[in-house]
Amino acid sequence: MSFAAKLVEDRTLAEKCTPLFTEPKYKEKLKKYVEVIRPPVKTIQVGVGDNSVNVGGKVVMFRHDLTWHNPTPLALDIHDEMEDAVMMEKVKFVNDFKFARIGADLKLDMIAVRSVSGSPEKFCRTVSRVSQLTEKPLILCSYNSEALEEALLAVGAKRPLIYAVTRENWREVGQLALKYKCPIVVSAPGDLSTLKSLAKTLREGYGIDDIVLDPGTYVEGDSLAETLSNFAALRRAAVENGDFDVGYPLMGIPATVWLSPDKDEISTKLRESIVSSLLMSMYADLLVLHSLDVWVMLSSIVWRQSVYTDPRTPPSVKPGIYEIGKPDENAPLLVTGNFALTYFLVKEDINKLKDPAWLLVADSEATSIESAVAGRKFTTEKMLDGIKTSGIMNKIKHKSIIIPGYAARLSGELEDGLKDWKVLVGPRDSSAIKDFVEKVWKKEIYGEELVKATLPTESKKPS
Amino acid sequence: MKVSLEPMVQGAQRTEFLIPIIPTAITQPVTAPPAAPVETPKIIELIKTDFKYPVFQYPGSIAEVQLGATKSEGGSRGRVYKIGGSTALPFWRFDGVSPHLPVVALDTFDLAPPLARPVKDAYKDVLEDPVAWAKLCIDKYGADLPSIHLVSTDPGVKNTSATDAAKLVENVLQAVDTPVIVGGSGNPQKDMEVFNKIAEVTKGEHLVFSSVTTDMDIEKTVKPMIQYNHDLVALAFMDINQARELCRKSQEAGLPRTQLILDNTTGGLGYGIEYSFSIFQRTRFAALMGEEVFQVPLSSASTNAWAAREAWQKPEVLAPSESAAPVESWGPRELRGPIWEATTALVLSLCGAELFMMMHPLAVKLFRDFGTLVAKSQLQKTLKEIHPENWVTMKT
Repeated sequence: MSFAAKLVEDRTLAEKCTPLFTEPKYKEKLKKYVEVIRPPVKTIQVGVGDNSVNVGGKVVMFRHDLTWHNPTPLALDIHDEMEDAVMMEKVKFVNDFKFARIGADLKLDMIAVRSVSGSPEKFCRTVSRVSQLTEKPLILCSYNSEALEEALLAVGAKRPLIYAVTRENWREVGQLALKYKCPIVVSAPGDLSTLKSLAKTLREGYGIDDIVLDPGTYVEGDSLAETLSNFAALRRAAVENGDFDVGYPLMGIPATVWLSPDKDEISTKLRESIVSSLLMSMYADLLVLHSLDVWVMLSSIVWRQSVYTDPRTPPSVKPGIYEIGKPDENAPLLVTGNFALTYFLVKEDINKLKDPAWLLVADSEATSIESAVAGRKFTTEKMLDGIKTSGIMNKIKHKSIIIPGYAARLSGELEDGLKDWKVLVGPRDSSAIKDFVEKVWKKEIYGEELVKATLPTESKKPS
Repeated sequence: MKVSLEPMVQGAQRTEFLIPIIPTAITQPVTAPPAAPVETPKIIELIKTDFKYPVFQYPGSIAEVQLGATKSEGGSRGRVYKIGGSTALPFWRFDGVSPHLPVVALDTFDLAPPLARPVKDAYKDVLEDPVAWAKLCIDKYGADLPSIHLVSTDPGVKNTSATDAAKLVENVLQAVDTPVIVGGSGNPQKDMEVFNKIAEVTKGEHLVFSSVTTDMDIEKTVKPMIQYNHDLVALAFMDINQARELCRKSQEAGLPRTQLILDNTTGGLGYGIEYSFSIFQRTRFAALMGEEVFQVPLSSASTNAWAAREAWQKPEVLAPSESAAPVESWGPRELRGPIWEATTALVLSLCGAELFMMMHPLAVKLFRDFGTLVAKSQLQKTLKEIHPENWVTMKT
């Protein structure tokens, strides 16, 4: 029963019930189960093995109603007329990109290969080459069924996403999806009725059910407003109105900003960056980007990490004492809150100290120090409680504690609560902890002369 | 390298920025697709079907709040703005289009706090002079109005008197013809005193006071707003119950919804923005579904985005040491910071926020390019004239 309850609460996966999937006698049950749990927006798997990605699988309109599943995969594009060196650089970038943040490695997910030359052979050569260079799933982009088939002959077994079926080519390209058993994008920019008709035809006529929808990413002038509106319409139709024909993931293509570039490249990149975050907020389940700059995609990568967290369990760590290195009685004691992001940042910055340290994590109700202080969630009582219950008072000799800069206004109260202890107000941003401990705290506690606590260079502090 | 912005105000100069150039998915195994027919499908014609836009008419609507008052309205402002009035969520164009453009304030301070370098650079000549600072925001950077944060009034800072703070606000009102947002110091007692004084001496101007919080005497804070005809921002800390209580108490104290704005607190991108995203959505959705206390415009202090390291750190510090991408690819903070701030504002504008307090001129430019689309009832081009499908064959 507890497994079933967890399943209902969306806290475990049905696949953990192995017999249902492996034993033949459950075959009928499995089929029924799959129908019952099919989310309003279907989950589409692209690629095979460890690097495969799941697209869509959305159950709710608003993340606060449950959670959004399957963080939007990000693809970068290359094409078959690129110089080999340029192409290799881009593939390598996607392969190797990694940004460690709040205990997770943020990565890029896919490569979209476009047929620019029009030559099926050339397209196939590029696709094969890319396929050798990367384990990431591919999106094969062409409206020409011959070009697509050439490429599928080479890489069809790796379950790439075929882009795209259109009003003109649906018969031929639909066949390819069947023949190679690959997921497929239905594309009908600006025409949601055709989009829906194509998806319906593929499913009812061809038995194809692994579909992604491209309603068109319009970005020129003010047309982005219509793009966002169409994404919202499709999602509501699928989730709230149960429109089966559009119950598939949505694909957004911020790369289309390069069809109407600005005079200077930077402006176009800025547009790409913003369009990408806006689409992700408005239900895009898959995005194709173009620019090979971390600064252009970073906001989307971070926004994705944030918006796909489970709102029912804010990322937090357990309050208590944490040892960074092997601290002794002379090591500094610092305090912070229990919001996971805060904790990981602070821990990482304390790691940069030459010596070990004690880190007291007080309960800030999983919010950042700045808002927790303002909202009375990070209080003197909570710090005192942490200090007293953790037994840290008997583990250190220096009787001093460093509190976050954003909690400066609690320092007086804390001193009153700790009697003969010294309370030092540390920097607002933890990247300055190293400087603070080595230049201020050490002098204050162990130095020959007492110096007034001065914060490190201002360029390191945020506003 | 130089990035040059077209002037946002007629007759103003171009704004140039110097940009330094330096060398988990849920693994849900997908079930097999339904058995596909092996032989050639018999379908030869498209199954035609119509997509009907799933229009929904919400029972509730948002009150309209005016910022500033003209001479004939009892104030002295040359420019006034309206926010609110919407009957649907932003960009759900088939449900309805917002009647008003988002309004952008640029932050100024009576005592400059530590600022991120790119922000500081934009204001370096006026940091000591709040009046010149406010003027710069309007005349050069195209803000709709300035917000003047009276941080020095905090007894723990400089304890500037309410009278002196009021004089400063009057001077700002002399220097610009827009309404003004008056920000407090965050000290509950002192803010009440300062707001009261300023509300009195600027009677009828319809200024925006930011903000009333649960630790203030709400009735006492609201009173001068009613008496002297000003707007008030209720600031809740990412807590829908607190937001509800603040809005309810302010309204029970006699403040009409046409003078109230709700700020649910803005967590910067990557620093709690998802909490803001959900709380802004919940309060707006509840309002549209008929919960009257929430039927007020929403505001966001998007400036908070600058607390994010991704916004203000130099690329060589931000890029992980083992980064596969070259350091210059992490980009100058003069670009990253504004993207961070604009994205924070835009994400919340999708949730219905309409009044934004911001800091960086380029962030404002980026925000306006996209945020103002929210109130577009008619597009310049029809979609038929644009061909996004051509992205496949782009040579770039």
